Formats: sequence, structure tokens, C-alpha cells
Amino acid sequence: MTIQEIENQIISEFANFDDWMDKYNYIIELGKSIPLIDQKYKIDNNLISGCQSKVWLRAEYKDRKIIFTSDSDAVITKGIANLLIRVLTNHTPDEIIGANLKFIDVIGLNEHLSPTRSNGLVSMIKQMKLYALAFKTKMEGNK
Amino acid sequence: MEFDINKIRQDFPILQQKIYGKPLVYLDNAATTQKPKVVIDTVSKYYYEENANIHRGVHYLSNKATESFEIARKNIQKYINAENSHEIIFTKGTTDSINLVASSFGKKFISKDDEILISVMEHHSNIVPWQILCEEKKAKLRVIPINEKGEIIFDVFEKLLNEKTKLVAITHVSNALGTINPVKEIISKAHKKNIPVLIDGAQSIPHLKVDVKELDCDFYCFSGHKVYAPMGVGVLYGKEKFLEEMPPYQSGGEMIKNVTFEKTTFNELPFKFEAGTPNVGGVLGLSAAFDYLNKIGRENIEVYENELLNYATEELQKINGLRFIGTAKHKTSVISFLIGDIHPYDAGIIIDKMGVAIRTGHHCAQPVLDWFKIPGTIRASFAFYNTKDEIDRLIEAILQVIKMFG
Repeated sequence: MTIQEIENQIISEFANFDDWMDKYNYIIELGKSIPLIDQKYKIDNNLISGCQSKVWLRAEYKDRKIIFTSDSDAVITKGIANLLIRVLTNHTPDEIIGANLKFIDVIGLNEHLSPTRSNGLVSMIKQMKLYALAFKTKMEGNK
Repeated sequence: MEFDINKIRQDFPILQQKIYGKPLVYLDNAATTQKPKVVIDTVSKYYYEENANIHRGVHYLSNKATESFEIARKNIQKYINAENSHEIIFTKGTTDSINLVASSFGKKFISKDDEILISVMEHHSNIVPWQILCEEKKAKLRVIPINEKGEIIFDVFEKLLNEKTKLVAITHVSNALGTINPVKEIISKAHKKNIPVLIDGAQSIPHLKVDVKELDCDFYCFSGHKVYAPMGVGVLYGKEKFLEEMPPYQSGGEMIKNVTFEKTTFNELPFKFEAGTPNVGGVLGLSAAFDYLNKIGRENIEVYENELLNYATEELQKINGLRFIGTAKHKTSVISFLIGDIHPYDAGIIIDKMGVAIRTGHHCAQPVLDWFKIPGTIRASFAFYNTKDEIDRLIEAILQVIKMFG
């Protein structure tokens, strides 16, 4: 699936929720699922520190695609991180750089990405795009 | 005057609104307080009718604005019972006031190997300026420890006072815990060794009757916005003898007496420390806020807020798994807590959705949370316009959090 297709899939999933409580219960469920990152990678080097919650993010380059894994100490942050990973992981650097991530706004989670929230998610998206740019330069630079 | 909560709530226009379809419950008063209509009207009237630059013009409006500004200074002097009105320096807020002292007092009175004493429970704004000063001067920052209730350990404080100590800078009330420190005793002990004391009053001025003469503090700093006045205005009270000796902080207009390219002589107090055009509207708003608080009655406020604190503490205690952070004997109406293992950020999101404004995180006081070995807390802080019904709404929101995360 393309990034856009995954975004659309998430949007239609969220359209089923009648109120904020259903929506957050779903995000909490996503946030409580298995750790998304191997424990050994939950190191300071992979830490994106927000004022309110912490996010760990790791990127690997495999077969011209980037695999993201992540975790957070807060469940809601982790749930939203989970969605971001679902959209961006296993895509090429160019696809990731070009992603506009409009689904966040559409499903009404924009408030979590306001810079004043400082939950680490804004930096997480920035970091994901930076990884994409870095891998593009490093791995595909000669092409 | 009788304390009529319904009437008081009418004085605060912002409290009348609904958020997420529910009446707003504002319990983040330690971060900033809401403004009564009389403060908003004062600021608005200033810009509608009186705006002019002060202390400069000879024209009608300038004179009028200057007069209002200086009357406000006297009013604020009276409110905290300072000896002289020129001991009231207008700043941008507590942070600015502390930075002023760190810079000016530091320049004159701090040298290598001197010691500055703070406590574990300080807000970052009463830590970092001293840290920077100590680095510059190769002086030492020493820290008064606290006990598990969040009270300073007084005999360790006494032992820390020595001939190298040049200043004690301590908060009157902890923003993260609500602890009221025994500042009068602290000041008296320090003064026995001729050590001046700076009090961070950001969290005490809204709740307690502050009398700088009775406290005998050498500096007292506070922000307008935490005491029902506008943002961007604050006060540094300083004893004349220190302010006279301290060099200017910022330089520019207003603070000078005479400028040539060879030499500048500085203006007298308080203008020496008020470079540039001040926040006149903010100062008038602050003065109006103090008039308003006097009208409500400062004792009434203390009694009522204490009642809210006791009610909230009792009700929160009934919730299984709730853990209080900061259980000092003497507290203002601030409650910091954790709900089981639930992350404060997660709790904060849900509580917000329930229409209740609280604060989560480290409250710009990381060292004290490190001391408790926690990354943050949920903090509810009450003002005299809050009600027991609103505390019930907070409880309801917490039960919802437990339902969703438990």
C-alpha cells in the first residue's frame, strides 16, 4: 500500500468513532500493544525528548526502504506514534520525504502535534523525515 | 465584605464559557490566574483614553499616564507593605526580577568561592540564574534538602549557612508541591549571620498576605499574571540599601541622569532599574488587581482557598491508587499527585477532554521531581473563584482516566 492508501485506511477506521472517548480508547489500545521497539534500542541516542513525554525512535535501511520502530513512556503518545509508524514504515526515503500526513488533521489529532504540546511527536515526525533524507543521501547519493 | 462565590465568579468573564460542550473548570491557577473584569477594563481604558509614554512628555496625556503609573507604584508598595515606593521596581515578571538581582547583586557582591544557597524545590527560574552567576564568578551553588513530605530540613539549612554564604534565594511557596516554606525563620537565621535573603514570591502573593517589612526579606519577586493581573508585568521589591549599591541591570532610556559620550550618570531609584518604556498598562492592571483582592478580603481568600484544599484532599484520598506528591503541613491550595502508574500526560489529555484544565509535567521544577524519582505529576491548583462542584468535576475526570487506563 502507498502512504496515501494507508492514511485513507486510518481515516476510514476513525470515521467509525462517534465521540472522543471511543477515539481515545482506540488510541490507548494501540498504545498498550506490544513495544514497537526492541528494548536494546531504547537508548538515549534514539530518544526524542519532549517536555511532557518521551519518544524513542529507531530507523533501519533495508532493501531501499526504511523500517521505523518506536516506543513512548506515555500510552497516548505511543498510540499516535504507532499510527505514524504504520503510515511511514517500509517505504522508500523519497516516499517518506514527500508524505504530507494529512490524516492527523482529518482524524482530529492535530492538537497532539502542536509544538506547545511538547510530547515529542512533532520532533518524531521531523526526525523520521530527517532519517529519510539522511538515508537517501548516504545510500542513494551516487545514483 | 461577605464572600459571595456566585458573585465573584461573575467578575471573571472567561469562567463563563464551555469547552468541549462542558462548563470550563479552570484548575491551573498556579500556572496563571484568570483576570477579573475590573483588571481587563483598567488595561483597556488605559489604551482607549490615557496611552502616552511616561516620565518624558510635558503634554497632558503623558502627565496623566505618569501620574497613574506612580500612583500604581504606591498602591503596590502599600499592598506588600514596603517602606518606600522607590523600592518597588517594575519588571516583566518573577524570572526577570530574579535575573536582575542575579546580574546586579552578583556583579557587586559575589566573588570566587562565595556560596549562594537555594533549595531542592526551586522553580528553574530560581535555579538557573544562580547557576550561571556561580559559573561566571567561580562561586558555589548549595542546595537545602527536603524531607519526604516536601518540607525543607531546617537544621541542615542552618548548617549550610556559613561565612562564605552571600545570599539565600528561596521560594516562599513551591509551585510543584504547594509547600509554604518558613521564610520568616529562614530570613531571621540568615540575618543573624548578615546574609541577605531573596524570596521568590510567585506562588505566595496570590494566596498569602505578604508583608515584606514583617518578613524582613531583602528581595521579594513576583509576577502580575499569577495574581489576577496581566502577563508581562512583575515586581522586584528590594531594600533600598541593596538597590542603591547595586549597579544598573539593563541600560538605555529612563535609567540615566545624564549621557555624554565620555560618561553616563545613572538615575535614582527606582528608575535606575527601569530602562526603556515600561509596561504601563500592565502596571495599572496589577494595581487594579490588588484593589480587587483587597475588596474581596485577603483573609476571606485564605480561608476559602484552605477550605477548597481540604475538600479536594479529602475527596482525592478516597480514590484508590492515588499518590500525593508533597504533603507538607503548611500548604497553599495546590495538589500534585499521580494516579497509579498512569503517565501524567495520558491523564492530562483525558482530564482536558472532560473540560477540566490542570497541569501535567515537571512544572519547571525538575530537581524536586528528580528528588521524588518521578518524571512529572498531575497538578490541580485552586483559586478563590473555584468551587467544590468543580472539584467534584475533577474527581469525575480522574475516575474516567482510571476507567480508560486502569
